[in-house]
Amino acid sequence: MRVYEHPILDFTREKKIKFTYNGRELEGFEGETVAAALHANGIRTMRESIHLHRPRGLFCNIGNCSSCLMIVDGKPNVRVCVEKLREGMNVMTQKGKGELK
Amino acid sequence: MIACEICVIGGGPAGLMAALHAASLGASVVIIDRNDYLGGQLIKQTHRFFGSKEQRASERGVNISRELSFAVEEEENIKVLTAATALGYYKDGVVTVEKDERFLKIKPQKIIVATGGAEKTLPFPNNDLPGVYGAGAVQTLVNVYGVKPGQRVLMVGAGNIGVIVSYQLLQAGVEVAGIVEAAPRIGAYWVHAAKVVRAGVPIYTRHTIKGAWGEKEVEGATTVELDDQWRPIPGTEKDFDVDVICLSVGLSPLTEILWQAGCAMKYVPELSGYVPLRNVDMETSVPGIYIAGDAGGIEEASAAMMEGALAGLSAARALGYSASDFNSRRANILRELENLRSGPVGEKIRKGLKKVTLIERQEFRVLPLSSNF
Ligand SMILES: Cc1cc2nc3c(=O)[nH]c(=O)nc-3n(C[C@H](O)[C@H](O)[C@H](O)COP(=O)(O)OP(=O)(O)OC[C@H]3O[C@@H](n4cnc5c(N)ncnc54)[C@H](O)[C@@H]3O)c2cc1C
Ligand code: FES
Repeated sequence: MRVYEHPILDFTREKKIKFTYNGRELEGFEGETVAAALHANGIRTMRESIHLHRPRGLFCNIGNCSSCLMIVDGKPNVRVCVEKLREGMNVMTQKGKGELK
Repeated sequence: MIACEICVIGGGPAGLMAALHAASLGASVVIIDRNDYLGGQLIKQTHRFFGSKEQRASERGVNISRELSFAVEEEENIKVLTAATALGYYKDGVVTVEKDERFLKIKPQKIIVATGGAEKTLPFPNNDLPGVYGAGAVQTLVNVYGVKPGQRVLMVGAGNIGVIVSYQLLQAGVEVAGIVEAAPRIGAYWVHAAKVVRAGVPIYTRHTIKGAWGEKEVEGATTVELDDQWRPIPGTEKDFDVDVICLSVGLSPLTEILWQAGCAMKYVPELSGYVPLRNVDMETSVPGIYIAGDAGGIEEASAAMMEGALAGLSAARALGYSASDFNSRRANILRELENLRSGPVGEKIRKGLKKVTLIERQEFRVLPLSSNF
């Protein structure tokens, strides 16, 4: 769900890149956040809450609230609303508390 | 350890102006922001600015932020650290920062905190479902990344932000099913509200959200009418077939660093939360720590810029820097702030500031160079 026509803004999208979400290959653009790329692919759930296992998505989109924590390249607790997408990135839904290895 | 004269935390309009003004007197400044761009909230504001007769009214926020960021990048006295988050403040005056998975320590002589505000949420059943967003979050998604949050939106709150973001959603091709506002009147400036209504978006005053529904994501929302005691009126529930609920119920100041530093804080509803006491030159109760912008009380970008300018001048002056026109520059800024806050529009802010501004009119006080904070 991307915006292509806009009366004021011109979205110059940089290079198209591939990443995986829970094992599925998806496409996004260089320069955008992981959260933006997921939304563009229609994915709005980022993690499962710790106690009640409820789905959680984006809330603040500025790195402030921790609603959007995911596992990125094996590392838990990454705020994907401020994490930039990289080629080949492996993004997974985080369930419960992230385990630091 | 990075030693510097002034560290500005937050690169929104307040922080950028603070850095520019401090550097213009000759001070060396490090400005840090957790985003990987400068400009703060302004970067996503595509509308023409409201704001009093201020010189910048009717410009677009995004252009102001580009201009300020450019000036900051050009200024050799300023070092910019983006994608850098200030994590803590320690008793010995050290600010710790995370950047590129590394832990940095900065030891500045003065600190200007310009961290801005965070959006508030609202209690209602299922308010944690994916699809419930802060209005600013949606604004960032749509205006910065060109990505839609969903197909159809219910906006909660008809203040400036709720109404402006609704309009921007329409511009991006997202449907807005309606705006609910608990108060009996629309809070936004009428020009903006009229545009949205003309575009066919109904605004329901004396209405609130009763709940969201959906299994894994938002699939709809129920609203309810309120009586004049703000109690829900049974039987007035309306269902909205929406996949996005946008909350625009205000911001609160981001003050963690000020709390850590032990600044005297006070809850001031007119300024939207806990804010630090300060003097007229924006210095908090902890000598050497200054504030500017929304972090010191939620207001507007024009005031944030002027407060930043004032804090920047004050901090540099306290380090011993000056200029022949220092006094007139300071007086101009104070006058502009007063203008911005004049009249009925500024009444709430004036009332709030009165509660936290320690010394109303004070001659500029030169702090000892080695003030120990
Ligand atoms: C939808 C919307 C519409 C608006 N429209 C108008 C308008 O028309 N006219 C107007 O005058 N005002 C408007 N405003 C208000 C205006 O945007 C704000 O008042 C202004 O941006 C505040 O500036 P600031 O510098 O204090 O904070 P911000 O712009 O919020 O900047 C704070 C910066 O600090 C950074 N930061 C926070 N914490 C840390 C940390 N720990 N470490 C590092 N960096 C950190 C943030 O990343 C951010 O970049 C609007 C606001 C919104 C949300
Ligand atoms: S959505 Fe709030 S931290 Fe990412």
